[in-house]
Amino acid sequence: MGQEIMITPSMKLADLIELNYRLLDVMSRLGVGLGFGEHTIADACRNCGISESSFLLICNEYACNGYVPSGELLASASVADIMKYLHNSHIHYMDSEMETLRLSLRELMAPADEAQRKVVEKFFLDYKAEVKNHFSYEEDVVFPYVEALLAGKSGNGYSIAQFEENHSNIDEKLNDLKNIVMKYLPDVCDPLLRNRVLYHIFCLEEDLHHHTLIEDNVLVPMVDLMEKGLSAEYGER
Amino acid sequence: MGTDNRKNVLLIMPSALVARGFESVFSDLGEFRVHGVLADLSNGAEVRLKNIGADVIVVDPVVFEYASRANARSLISQYSDAAVVGLRTISMSEDAWKQFDEVVDIYDAPPVIVRKLRAAMTSRSETPRTEGEELSAREKEILVCVAKGMLNKEIADYYSISIHTVITHRKNITRKTGIRTVAGLTVYALLNNLIDYSSIE
Repeated sequence: MGQEIMITPSMKLADLIELNYRLLDVMSRLGVGLGFGEHTIADACRNCGISESSFLLICNEYACNGYVPSGELLASASVADIMKYLHNSHIHYMDSEMETLRLSLRELMAPADEAQRKVVEKFFLDYKAEVKNHFSYEEDVVFPYVEALLAGKSGNGYSIAQFEENHSNIDEKLNDLKNIVMKYLPDVCDPLLRNRVLYHIFCLEEDLHHHTLIEDNVLVPMVDLMEKGLSAEYGER
Repeated sequence: MGTDNRKNVLLIMPSALVARGFESVFSDLGEFRVHGVLADLSNGAEVRLKNIGADVIVVDPVVFEYASRANARSLISQYSDAAVVGLRTISMSEDAWKQFDEVVDIYDAPPVIVRKLRAAMTSRSETPRTEGEELSAREKEILVCVAKGMLNKEIADYYSISIHTVITHRKNITRKTGIRTVAGLTVYALLNNLIDYSSIE
């Protein structure tokens, strides 16, 4: 299960995408656009001002199942980079993914009864609100806490362990939606469109799963190191 | 079907060492083979349990939360009809061990392990299988109550059944439909014409 191919700074971006094309989304959230020619990961990191360790951590966690980052890599990466990536991901999920999914669900449900349309729409909006709420906690509580740590201030009694404890699952409703679209929508719904919506849900589900892994396996241990005064950025106390 | 008619064993245990130990015992003695190993029961493990087609499951109860260990067997049975063997790595009450078809101790000799797995399969084949995948009439009634926002206690009182029975029905509804949240069950109920929109507004 572990990582079969190690992602290294000298790897070409094009080869990285060949390795796992789902990294396309990751690239855009890191600020790396297409049209990169023969650039390597190291070139891309230099161009967009992100540390190589941060880049490797994110890509490995995303592309390799069961990846456990080494303490060395965690200590040399930049927590600001990781937060920026997570923040960009939040924006991407809320503004792009959720909106696209809402519109395609609406199109899919258009031929159904009014009550059926309304109940599916309401379910989706509840789900979207739940996800937004989940992200807001990270944006409003966790990230400011980490920024304060970076600025050398204390956390006012908060610690990253609390985040780990309260890190709720937002995958249940999406899983329900998947089952509903796959198994229970009325026959009047267009089959091709239904497939498209399903593909989208499967991709989003996987994407969000990796997003959570980056939070739990990269952000949390890095902040933990900072709290102990061991990270490169935070320095010795 | 081929010459290899060894029985498939699914191991659910966090210790890679112990899992390798089982593989080694089976490769020495034949009859069984390790068909899959799950280190825990998170992330889609239900789907794997359902579809892996194991004849015997060997589970280390430590993969369950403390409070649910006594129900380990029924939790697994929701997803698989395989015989379930407990692996004694921790101490639990004797009653808790009785839920399993057999119990293997980590100090058992290899032939004893194989004999116990064989016995577990025999005892399992004598018990009736679970019913089909469609919701039963009673499950549909319970589902409607859930969709309308009733609590387990209210449903139990309404049908004069125990809360435990309500919970079992709800587990079966979730197992069959794949839907876990109340909001999702409400959508299911409406799409299947079990309730009107007016009753959920």
